[in-house]
This record gives sequence, C-alpha cells and structure tokens, in this order.
Amino acid sequence: MSESGTKLTRRALIGAAAGAGALAAVAGGSQMAGAGGGQGEESPSHPHAGTAHAATRGRVDPRVNGFDPHEILTDFDGGRVRRLPSGRTLREWTVVAQDKEIEVAPGVRYAAWTYNGRVPGPTLRATEGDLMRVRFVNAGTHVHTMHFHGIHPAAHDGVPGSGPGGLVKPCGEFTYEFEAKPFGLHLYHCHSFPLAMHIAKGLYGAFIVDPKQGRPEAREMVMLMNAFDTNFDFSNEVYAVNTVAFAYFERPIRVRRGELVRIYLVNVLEFDPLNSFHLHANFFNYYPTGTSLEPTEFTDTIMQVQGQRGILEVRFPFAGQYMFHAHKSEFAELGWVGFFDVT
Amino acid sequence: VSTEARTPATPQRLPAWLLGLGPLLLVGALVIALFAFDLPGLERRGIPVEDVAVERTVLRPGEIELTLRNDGPDTVGLAQVFVNDAYIPGATISPVEVGRLGSATVRIPYDWIEGEAYEIGILTSTGGVIEAPIEVATETPAGDADFFGLLALLGLYVGIIPVSVGMLWLPFVRRVSPLVVRFFLAVTVGLLAFLAVDALIEGFEIGTSGPQAFGGASLVLLGALAAFIALSAVDAWVKSRATGSQGFRLALLVAIGIGLHNLGEGLAIGSAYAIGELALGAFLVVGFALHNTTEGLAVVAPIAHERPGWPRLALLGLIAGAPAIIGAWIGGVAYSAPLAAFLLGFGVGAIVQVAWQILPMVRGRERGAQLLTPLTTAGLVLGLAVMWVTGLLTG
Repeated sequence: MSESGTKLTRRALIGAAAGAGALAAVAGGSQMAGAGGGQGEESPSHPHAGTAHAATRGRVDPRVNGFDPHEILTDFDGGRVRRLPSGRTLREWTVVAQDKEIEVAPGVRYAAWTYNGRVPGPTLRATEGDLMRVRFVNAGTHVHTMHFHGIHPAAHDGVPGSGPGGLVKPCGEFTYEFEAKPFGLHLYHCHSFPLAMHIAKGLYGAFIVDPKQGRPEAREMVMLMNAFDTNFDFSNEVYAVNTVAFAYFERPIRVRRGELVRIYLVNVLEFDPLNSFHLHANFFNYYPTGTSLEPTEFTDTIMQVQGQRGILEVRFPFAGQYMFHAHKSEFAELGWVGFFDVT
Repeated sequence: VSTEARTPATPQRLPAWLLGLGPLLLVGALVIALFAFDLPGLERRGIPVEDVAVERTVLRPGEIELTLRNDGPDTVGLAQVFVNDAYIPGATISPVEVGRLGSATVRIPYDWIEGEAYEIGILTSTGGVIEAPIEVATETPAGDADFFGLLALLGLYVGIIPVSVGMLWLPFVRRVSPLVVRFFLAVTVGLLAFLAVDALIEGFEIGTSGPQAFGGASLVLLGALAAFIALSAVDAWVKSRATGSQGFRLALLVAIGIGLHNLGEGLAIGSAYAIGELALGAFLVVGFALHNTTEGLAVVAPIAHERPGWPRLALLGLIAGAPAIIGAWIGGVAYSAPLAAFLLGFGVGAIVQVAWQILPMVRGRERGAQLLTPLTTAGLVLGLAVMWVTGLLTG
C-alpha cells in the first residue's frame, strides 16, 4: 500500500478531509449512533476474531462471485484430450476473456477482467510433449491476448506485434497452438498494452506441464499470489492467494498428516516488486519453476518476483493448524494469509 | 369608462396568505410530480461519487472511534477498515450504508500507542479508500467536570484576565489629550483589522478542510455577513434609545466584537486541547494572554472621557473575555469544522462592524478633520504591528 502518510488517491474526492480528521478530534463519552439511517450495525463474525490477527469483516459468498478459492486450489483443467494419428496427445481448451465484477474482500467489489469468469483463470495442465490448442475468445470490451510462458514459436506468443494472436479484439478469437514444454510450473497472462493494467485486473492463470514420468503421488494444489488495487492508485489495497483476501484464513485448507502435499505457487502480484511464501512449523522442498525433479532448497521461506514460480513439497508430521503467509507482514495483514488444517 | 370596470376582481376574493403560498405549493407539486412519474432528466448519470469526510476522531484506551460524514451526492457503502496496512476484523461500522449528509460511526478495537502516528483507511464497497490519518495519537479527554473546569480555566487565562488587565489602561487614556486618545483609537482599529484578517484566514482554512456539503469556506463569509447585520441592528437599537453615552455604546460594541472573536480563539484552544495538541500549553496561554491584553485597551479607548461605574466596566470585560470559555467548551466537546468556520466568520463580521464604528472617532469631531493624520496612521500601523508581534507568541 502507500509508503507515505499522505497518499494521493486518484479518486481525489475521497478523504478530502484527511487533515481535518486529526484536527477535528474531540472529547469522548459521546458514543453517537449513526444518524444516517439505512442499515444497522454489522458485527464481526470470525473464528480468529478480535484484535488477535488482522482479517476482514464478514465473508465473501463464492456463489455470488461464481468461483471459490477452495475449488480453484484443485480444479486442474486437462482440456479435451484426443489421441492424434501420430500417437501424440492433443489437448484443447476454450478460454473466454470477459469483464466481470468480483468481490475481492467482503463487501468490496472490483471491476475485474477475467479468463472464464474467474480470477485466477483456469489452471491449464498438460504433459510434456502434448500438443496444446487453446482457442481464445475475447468477449470483453478491450483488446486481450493469452501469453504463455514456455517454449513456442513467436506467432503463438500472444504479444502485440506477433501477428493476430498478439492483438485479439473484442468479439475476435485466436487459437494458440504449441507443444507443452518444458515440464515445470508456468503461467499465462494477457500481454496487451497497458500491461500492468491487464495483469492487475485479473487476466492470469497457472499453466502446469507434467514431466513424462510424472511426479510422486501427492495432494496437489495451485496458489496464485495476487492483489487488487481497488482505488487505482498503483498500489494494492487487498492481497490474497487465489483472489479472495483471507479465504484460507477464514476456512483453512484441510490436509492429512504425513501425506505429501504439493503446492504449485505462482506470483502474479502487480505494483509490488516482491512476494514471498512462508510456512509455519515446517520445512518444504522447493523446486524453482518445477523444471527439475531435484529440489534446490529445503526451507520454510521463499521469495518470488512477478512471473516467478516454483513447486513446494511438504509433509506435515503433526496434526493442528499451521499458518502460511507472505513474509511481508503488510501483505499478510492485508489478506495474504491462510492456514493448513492438518488432521 | 368607470373605475370599477378597470379593477380586476379576482385577486380581491382570494386571501393574501393563499396568494403568497401559491407559488410554493406549485413548486412543491412539481417536485412531487417529477418523482412520482419519474419524469426524464432525473436519472443519475455517470459513476457514483464517493466523497466522505472524517468529522471526528476519538481515541480511548484500546479503541479508535471515527465519525464520518457523507459529503457527496450518492450513498456510500463502507466495507472494511484497516489501520497501518492491516485489516481489522473487530471493527464495527454503523451504519454501513451512508446516505447524502448522513454520518457513520466506525469503532476500531486497537491497542494504539501514545505519541505514534496512524494511517486509518476505510475501504468502500467500490474499493475507494477514505483516509483518516492520526498524526499524533493521544487519548481524547473524557467530557467530565474536570475537563470542563480545566477548559474554563484556560478560557479565563486567555479571555477575561488579559482583557481586564488591558482595561486598566483606562486611567492612562483619561489623562492624555484628545489627540492621544485618537491615536489609541487608531491603534484599536489596527488591532481589530489584524484580528479580522487572522480569523478570516483561519476560518477559510478550517472551512475548506472539513465536510464541504454544508458550505465549506462560504460559511465564513455568511457568518461574517450575519454578524455585521446583527451588530448593525444592535447598534441602531442602542442609538434609538439614546440614553447611554456614545462612548459607552461604542465600548459595548467593541466588547461584543472582541467577545465574538475570543469565542473563536476559545474554540481553537478547546479543540487543540481535546486532541492533545496543547503540549506547549503554557507557552500558548502566555502568548494569547499578552495578545489579548491589547484587546482591553480597545475596549476602554472609546470611553476615555467618560466615567462609567465599576459594574459597567466589569460588564464590558465580561462581554469581551468570557466567550473564550464558551468557545473552549464548544471546541473541546462538539468541535466540527463547519461550525468553527461559521463562528470564526461571525467574529470577523462583528469586528469589521466595530472597526467601522470606531473610525469616525479616530477622525475626531472638529470640522474638516482628517482620518489619516501622521499620528492616526502611526496608530493604525502600530495596532497591526503589536498584534503581529504578540501573535508570534501564540505559535
């Protein structure tokens, strides 16, 4: 968020009386009830309530948003699978860009741009060597693209200047086609100008390429570290994993004691230079970009710049609730914090 | 042609009150019709405007309470509260939907630390941020008897006492020649001019800082006009009774004008005390006391050649000084920027009216007398200079 005490919001009218606030302080004792009519008082309802930890007031209803961060964790999308005459596997998806108002914190609506009506977009998953065919339809109101991280020809890179796939107009469409490689954890996002805005508004998703030999059996989940600049001042007000602030804080992620947990962690955070992931009371193996089957680090804290990603593997030896959060306290207290509930 | 034929008959049949009320009823009916039939031109165009001002900030141990005022045309939804970049789950907002000119109370459980700064933000339903910075956290004094007593004492220090002391110049101005009295009257006008300028600027500053829906800085000018008109009326009334001397009448007006000004000063002191900004309290009080002693001179200058009794002199001192106490109470308990702007403006209007009344006395009564002699000019400038110098002491 803001670095100085005198942040200028673009919505200049808001908080016009900031200075007066301090000046206008007066004697207490007068606990006046709101005189403005309308709705009554809303009381906090929270398992970790009180001043014990930062959290938002109330809950976000996934049914209203049309997506649930808990479902986004595990809804890997392998596409429609066909075996080509050559013996190769073809995977096909249709991804639609659309404008959609979403609730990023209880009571706070944000005019997002989405892939398939959700933020983050679908987690596209293929196996190394598969042929990927992603039909991208732009049902939004602005020019959008899908730019994949991976190895592919320029014409399918989804950046302006790379041909029709680099500039898909509203009502237009383009089919990106390339081989799934290299194996690892990647991402895709819109690469239209202005880039920061197209990413900040929600056009991104995870893209997983599994190694041919596979990875050990595990409980897998996808976490995209993101945030929202709700007042358009180029700094974020709401931080999260998979969009909704405090979603896994309000409702912890349930895992089994001793089972292998694999987290596909991607940082898409706009405006802030760094993001991080810290796990409490445990250590994990870290595979940067997931391009190697050997971990490079055994740690409890890693950091990622925007677009950086990696795979975390961990087993919880004890039952109980274990916190995970950005080890940038500000991000954590503005929404990027959650719990694993180990049973 | 007969005269009867030319006179229209209808208006005489209707009572006068109905004729007076008619246009009002018509415009009322028009407004009702506009809304009832949803006539074109009423729909709100464009995006909703969120314009919310922080009216009051109260700090108690473990709690921060904000009073917000919706300054804009549209209803604003208040969703989340953060303090220093951390959302506060236990914060209560009542009500969460605030209509135009409506207010909401936000209560934040928070273990704030004395002397530290806090950045409070209220996230609206559209993602806008209402900022409520606390520059220096300090407990807001509770509104008990001690609090009122202390503020009364402060008002006494800066109001009644210095004004009364200043009035002790009366024997001195009695001894000196009429020419020197004119000089002191010129000094008085200079003093008053300074106070008017000072209050006007402060009024504009406060008026533009708070909620604007009530008029903002224009409240200062409205207050000034109201005071000018009201004091002119008082003056005319006193004149019409014609019992009192002209000198005492003027002295009374000066006392009223200065009293209204001191109301504004008390307001500033009370509100500063309430938010703990009177850390340099002693210094401030000394400054105001010196500053206001000169006001006593202004009160007695018009009665240099009269012999009012002690009760009348005490009355003048009370009228000029006591409002500082009332102002301190208002400032300490019910401070609001629009009210302060209006009251400061009221003081300005009163002072201008009084200066206007004194000017003829500066000129003197003899035929062909000049207003700006070297002596009176020196007096005017000296009045400004004295106030400026003693004003430096009030920080």
